[in-house]
Amino acid sequence: MKIKAIAFNTFREAIRDRILYLLLFFAAVCIIFSRLLALLTVGDKVKIIKDVGLSSLSLFGALMAILIGTGLVFKEIDKKTIYTIISKPIHRYQFLLGKFFGLVLTLFIMLLLMSFIFLALVFFHTFTIEWEMLIAILFIFFELCLITSVALLFSCFSTPILSSIFSLAFYLIGHTAWGIETLIKKIPPGAGKTLARFLYHFLPDLENFNFKTEIVQHLDIPSEVYLYSILYGIFYTLFVLIIAVLIFRKRDFI
Amino acid sequence: MATVLKIENLHKSFKLGFLLKKKEILRGISLSVEQGEVFGYLGPNGAGKTTTIKCILGLIFPEKGNIEIFGHPHLSSKAKEKTGFLPENPYFYDHLTASEFLDYYSQLFLMKKEAKEEKIKSLLRLVDLEDSADLQLRKFSRGMLQRIGMAQALLNDPSLVFLDEPLGGLDPLGRKEIRDIITRLKDEGKTVFLSSHILQDIEMICNRVAIIVNGEIINQGALHDLISEKILFTEVILSGVNEKELKELGECLSGHGDRILLKVFKEENVEKVLQLAQSSKGKVHSLIPRTETLEDLFVGIVKQR
Ligand SMILES: Nc1ncnc2c1ncn2[C@@H]1O[C@H](COP(=O)(O)OP(=O)(O)OP(=O)(O)O)[C@@H](O)[C@H]1O
Ligand SMILES: [Mg+2]
Repeated sequence: MKIKAIAFNTFREAIRDRILYLLLFFAAVCIIFSRLLALLTVGDKVKIIKDVGLSSLSLFGALMAILIGTGLVFKEIDKKTIYTIISKPIHRYQFLLGKFFGLVLTLFIMLLLMSFIFLALVFFHTFTIEWEMLIAILFIFFELCLITSVALLFSCFSTPILSSIFSLAFYLIGHTAWGIETLIKKIPPGAGKTLARFLYHFLPDLENFNFKTEIVQHLDIPSEVYLYSILYGIFYTLFVLIIAVLIFRKRDFI
Repeated sequence: MATVLKIENLHKSFKLGFLLKKKEILRGISLSVEQGEVFGYLGPNGAGKTTTIKCILGLIFPEKGNIEIFGHPHLSSKAKEKTGFLPENPYFYDHLTASEFLDYYSQLFLMKKEAKEEKIKSLLRLVDLEDSADLQLRKFSRGMLQRIGMAQALLNDPSLVFLDEPLGGLDPLGRKEIRDIITRLKDEGKTVFLSSHILQDIEMICNRVAIIVNGEIINQGALHDLISEKILFTEVILSGVNEKELKELGECLSGHGDRILLKVFKEENVEKVLQLAQSSKGKVHSLIPRTETLEDLFVGIVKQR
């Protein structure tokens, strides 16, 4: 109940943030731009539209999660609004979870809006509503939940700018985990290799949530793969949230 | 009388700067507050008043020390349910209107719907913000923010209220309004813990005070024990009297025009001054006996250090 109250207030605050609409606008521009790109290239136009569209959804969703998520806790401490909240009978973990769910709700709605634009554009080309696109979008949502938890974790102990840089790095590295894998193969054994190994196991593989190609190409995906990705997302998010709570619980608000 | 707040040997230091040098802010604060009193926590800027209050409310964690509220550990829900808090220079979610804001906070107390609406209405009436219920907090003036802050501190009908500089930055009218609310809380039997560096305020409304300087409590007790009621000197303003004759009776701090400000230290001399004024057909404009004030005490103590 208390978590819900905080989540709704966070939502109310987030949807009044201008940066959200700026990003939404650019996402729309990108999705529509894919139409232009399709005109210029040979090959399956619809596939390009779908590819670029889904990538825009993922990228702009992540940017929203990062830019708003990193400010969430920091702003409350900076403006001291947190003083009167924490002094009420509420646990600190409830506050943090409230923030998390509030932002997740915001991202859900934003993703819904972007999906609508995207599906409408696809509809103009195929004259069918391609519902299986929603599967790819669902996994983008799982990814956004994870990124939100990471942004929240950083914002528990760092300024918004630093947190944004960290979170963005997390997003980029997470999508190029295979790069680290090849790196491990290439570099000679030693400290560098150990570090790369550590990074490889510790950082998430965000490609687990990427079903764009498979779905655009209408490839069959075994249900275990879906299940694995869902569990991966849930447990990783939980893990990050627990660390965030542990840090937040001990924090001084000065 | 029951003890509502008990603090024992509270220590807190901050790590500051690049080298994380330790700076001691609280050096063993101990105090206790009894039920139903208005307790003044008095000290100069930077003494550690806000830091103490933050420790009590669980915003920061002391390194050492024990805090109990109504006999419960200070961070327990039982303790928090009975307390209210108005921070210094309060700032709230400025995207909310006054009633949205109170509604949000009341949800943190899990209040029932009808009870909630009733409470919000009566609080807005108490702090005289009924007309601004639908105004966004960003459009609130300093005084209005202080008053809405007071309202949120009282949402749960607390038995113990912490007010950090509640009169800071307010005009005389605003101060009076907040003072009236505090007096009302006292009449309702609530306990008020009030921090301030403004002595007049504390003198006017507090039963008991503790004085903190540099992270240590240096004096604590009932107001009339700390301040003697003996008259220190009498200030007399008079005109039409020969200044030379007055010099023997007291210290002349001549004012403007023919008016003379005279500081008389001995009580029998006051009589003589009045007789002199009468005999030389002069006029006495005012006569004020000055007792020791909290300010004198305060200045004396701070100077000693
Ligand atoms: N965020 C902070 N970081 C570092 N030091 C701080 C911080 N806040 C306060 N201090 C230090 O702690 C000491 C006590 O500050 P505190 O705010 O408790 O004083 P105060 O008695 O409330 O003063 P005031 O009357 O100005 O409100 C000060 O010396 C101040 O320098
Ligand atoms: Mg202060």
